[in-house]
Amino acid sequence: MSSPERWTQPQPDGTVAATAAKPSAEQVIAGLRATSEGGSELVQLLTPEGERVSHPEFDIDLTAEELRGLYRDMVLIRRIDREGKALQRQGQLGLWAPLLGQEAAQIGAGRALRPTDMAFPGYREHGVAWCRGIGPKEILGMWRGIDHGSWDPMKYRFHPYTIVICNQCLNAAGYAMGQRFDGKVGDSDGEATMCFFGDGATSQGDMHEAFVWASVYDAPLVFFCQNNQWAISEPTERQSRLPFYQRARGYGFPGIRVDGNDVIATLAVSRWALDECRTGNGPVLIEAFTYRMDAHTTSDDASRYRLSTELEEWKLKDPIERVRVHLARTGMADSDFFESIQAEADVMAADMRDYCMNLPDPPAERIFSNVYAEPNPVLDAQRDEYLSYVSGFAGGDH
Amino acid sequence: MATPTIDRQSSTESTTQTISLVKGLNLALRTCMERDPKVLVMGEDVGKLGGVFRVTDGLQKDFGEQRVLDTPLAEAGIIGTAIGLAVRGYRPVCEIQFDGFIFPGFDQIVSQLAKLHYRTQGRVKLPIVVRVPFGGGIGAVEHHSESPESYFAHTAGLRVVACSNPVDGYWMLQQAIECDDPVLFFEPKRRYHEKAQLDPTAKPYPLFKSRVLRNGTTATVATYGPMVRTCMDAAIAGAEDGVDLELIDLRTLSPLDLGPVYESVRRTGRLIVVSEAPSESSIASEIAARVQQECFYSLEAPVLRVTGFDTPYPPAKLEEGYLPDLDRVLDAVDRSLAW
Ligand SMILES: Cc1ncc(C[n+]2csc(CCOP(=O)(O)OP(=O)(O)O)c2C)c(N)n1
Ligand SMILES: [Mg+2]
Repeated sequence: MSSPERWTQPQPDGTVAATAAKPSAEQVIAGLRATSEGGSELVQLLTPEGERVSHPEFDIDLTAEELRGLYRDMVLIRRIDREGKALQRQGQLGLWAPLLGQEAAQIGAGRALRPTDMAFPGYREHGVAWCRGIGPKEILGMWRGIDHGSWDPMKYRFHPYTIVICNQCLNAAGYAMGQRFDGKVGDSDGEATMCFFGDGATSQGDMHEAFVWASVYDAPLVFFCQNNQWAISEPTERQSRLPFYQRARGYGFPGIRVDGNDVIATLAVSRWALDECRTGNGPVLIEAFTYRMDAHTTSDDASRYRLSTELEEWKLKDPIERVRVHLARTGMADSDFFESIQAEADVMAADMRDYCMNLPDPPAERIFSNVYAEPNPVLDAQRDEYLSYVSGFAGGDH
Repeated sequence: MATPTIDRQSSTESTTQTISLVKGLNLALRTCMERDPKVLVMGEDVGKLGGVFRVTDGLQKDFGEQRVLDTPLAEAGIIGTAIGLAVRGYRPVCEIQFDGFIFPGFDQIVSQLAKLHYRTQGRVKLPIVVRVPFGGGIGAVEHHSESPESYFAHTAGLRVVACSNPVDGYWMLQQAIECDDPVLFFEPKRRYHEKAQLDPTAKPYPLFKSRVLRNGTTATVATYGPMVRTCMDAAIAGAEDGVDLELIDLRTLSPLDLGPVYESVRRTGRLIVVSEAPSESSIASEIAARVQQECFYSLEAPVLRVTGFDTPYPPAKLEEGYLPDLDRVLDAVDRSLAW
């Protein structure tokens, strides 16, 4: 499709120039409108009403089976998400970061990745984890407080969740540089990396540095920003005057805004971006325009800072419902199919719950494990002293 | 948290009110903002939300968006722009949402905040407070339970304090805001909802002074922040077993005010330093070094440290083992006595 040069060329009249010292009032208003409504440059292939539309640059042909698969992914991951929240409410998890509303963004991006690609998540990417083969059980560990992340990052090519906002973007840039240094970039069989972050993360210095590194080293990195409109209580206007995707231009690589509630469009744009990276045209920025339909985490009370009418509006753009309507209307799926997926989701959630409730607490010596790769006698002594102190209690002689 | 000394100072019944630590800090901010129009509050989610712990609750509504700033999500930005605002004559109070998120701002804190006064031969003052909810015990995920105070105490040019109770929170934060040096202000988040009686007409205890909270003869326990309550519980439990602990709330970590500790150790001959932070190269280590130098001939046993371990903060299900508790404090007292 389009080459990166296209994005570094002067923009046609009427678009906001990222390099302008100060945008005009109209440009600011256009930018803010774009921030709040998706904007005219939003790539969409499936409307909220479930109507399949075409796009001149980003389009894909999906079989009925593929579409049903995307639907299934989204239903399952939403069910997992709701179960995670319920488990937290019942005291089985310390915290849960819900992805409700972001299923299409995460499944679209996650299903565009190949097994040889690498992904660097934030902390809300349960849907991407799912696509990497990491089921709900392995996600539970950190939320239950038994570990800081259960999966093997290299086995799944899925980095641990990163909580310190935007740290992972630089780590991803470095990994992608390595893919290039290893000669894995240059044709359609090449490797690529995708990193996930939010609208709030774009304000961090790490974001700027990651853009700079990825661009000057031509790293095969797709920056995947889930603009869910909120960074805890702060709306996107607190982070940017300009729609986020337009920032890429200032760094010399393409930025695309996709309807993040449209799984087909997100998949199409993500595949395109990853292919650009594989063949040596990286990096690329994707802004998936979506909405955090739940609170920030189970510790948050969103009613303190946003109106419920906003949620009601976004419910009309629900990422799953539009696929369901499309599948039903086109006869690609019938009610038996929908029911079977729901039943599968319920079984999975019950299984997840069961597993969670039976997770054993880690042994005390785990505190001291894996701090270093090489032996550390000082720490070993501290561990031994502590364990002998603890065993004193077990003997009841304290 | 029991603060008997302050409670006894209550002069008029009518002015006394029950406050939590969150409320005490909130009142302190409000008082300073009313008193001085140059005082600003800035940080992530401090405005409309009132902070994730609600310490800044209601302030933006009453003082406006130019005095209570919901900043972009970037800690280097928060500290760096606070420095510029201070150069311009403002007194910013920055909130770092959680201890583990101060590090993106570390460069601005160490390179500029700590050094600008020195670099300008005293011409530029930076009356900035950086509030940091710190420590564990709340069952949180990674990066939300750390005790990074030693990094800052290790940095010349910064003052570092830790409050342990609502009344100190109320007074110490006001005093920190009035201080012309940058102050790192550590708040024990697991004590945020503990309550005490505040008499706002009482005379505040000085900011940069440690304080004896309990007199005792068996051994001295010096601690700060969240561990003050833990050590008080240990002292109460110990008293039942005939162990009479003297308890000192250090309050100021840089500069340290060790006069009361020396005086106490010269009487008891034993010192246990307690903190949640790992022990290696820590404030507890600094205290141990100074006390052995100043009180060498009075010591009956080496200074013992009861601290978090020299590991990353563990997952929540393991924090009970990681954090010093009443038993570990009393165990150290036993070891000191048995020396
Ligand atoms: C460096 C750092 N500062 C602050 C926080 C606290 N915090 C956690 S999530 C969050 C908001 C993130 O917003 P965004 O990037 O939009 O991602 P979202 O949560 O919406 O997915 C904040 C401020 C943090 N985790 N790391
Ligand atoms: Mg967000």
